Amino acid sequence: MKVILRNPRREVDVEGKRRVKELLSELGILPSTVLVIRDNELLTGDAMVGGDDVLEVRPVMSGGGGGGA
Amino acid sequence: MKCRKCGGTAALELRRHNAAFCSPHFIEFFRKQVTEAIHRHRMFAPDETIMVAVSGGKDSLALWDVLIEEGYRTAGLYLDLGIFDYSKESREKCEAFATSRGQTLHVERVAEAVGAPIPTVQQVTRRPTCSACGLSKRYLMNRAALQHGYVVVATGHNLDDEAATLFGSVMHWQTDALTRQSPALASTHPKLVRRVKPLYRLSELETAAYAFLRGIDYIVEECPFAKGATSIAHKQVLDRLEETSPGSKHNFLFGFLERARPAFERTEDVELRECTSCGQVTTGAVCAFCKLADLVKRRTAS
Repeated sequence: MKVILRNPRREVDVEGKRRVKELLSELGILPSTVLVIRDNELLTGDAMVGGDDVLEVRPVMSGGGGGGA
Repeated sequence: MKCRKCGGTAALELRRHNAAFCSPHFIEFFRKQVTEAIHRHRMFAPDETIMVAVSGGKDSLALWDVLIEEGYRTAGLYLDLGIFDYSKESREKCEAFATSRGQTLHVERVAEAVGAPIPTVQQVTRRPTCSACGLSKRYLMNRAALQHGYVVVATGHNLDDEAATLFGSVMHWQTDALTRQSPALASTHPKLVRRVKPLYRLSELETAAYAFLRGIDYIVEECPFAKGATSIAHKQVLDRLEETSPGSKHNFLFGFLERARPAFERTEDVELRECTSCGQVTTGAVCAFCKLADLVKRRTAS
């Protein structure tokens, strides 16, 4: 599957099937810090991903001068 | 994972609530949290028009969306910070959102008010970028609201923002900042508008999910100056805590608001006056914004 990461934007190829929470753990990403999107739908940690899937892992954090972005 | 309410496929797991929701029930949950915040802190009266400060990011556009959907009268305020393509893109997102909802969007350019765009302000003053930016935002939000006749400004600060701010204040025991931290700051002077944070009960993950599920086109890239910001470092610390102990951020912030904040209330009122330069409210003779603008003017002239 192809995994699209942001900030900076990059893509990684990951072989095999696994659950979203396992994928995030392998990528060193805390689940509460990202949305995981496939085919314009949000996935929860127990969803199985792999094969021809294209996933976007979108960070949710914003910050800096006064927050509230 | 199943939705707690209908048993359908969940779109989002909320570990701190030990729950998961499908898209429609998450949107319902989200709006209930916002209306709960508004009512609990009496943020708006029914006849008031709310100025919503928008940046093009997920939080402020999600907030604007909820307020419109809940039937409030609103107008947006976009502060153009002059941060290269980032500001251009974020302004476009705000304009597109306002147009699609038939809402008014006011635009203020920081460069006109302070004398230079934020990147130049950072270069010439050598103060942390987020500090000058935050100061400019607070000043211009109040000034714009007064100019256009709004009595309340709503910002998109979420639970993570508020918990990180509280963490930073506690780390340095900034008791003045602890006094000021609240979901709703009343007007304490005729030239100070009320400031409210209707998203303070919702996490950053939840505001991002709401924006996504509502199809809001927001700017995902972070501000180029946010990298290395102290507030981001504090959020990362709290994210680690939250991972091992869901609900930590909520307990930290809500415990402060309900039990600790009263201990930091000032016993004597701070004297507020009007800045001798611009007329806005300050505790000194000249306000911090005018001092910043003066410094920028002198440094850019030399």
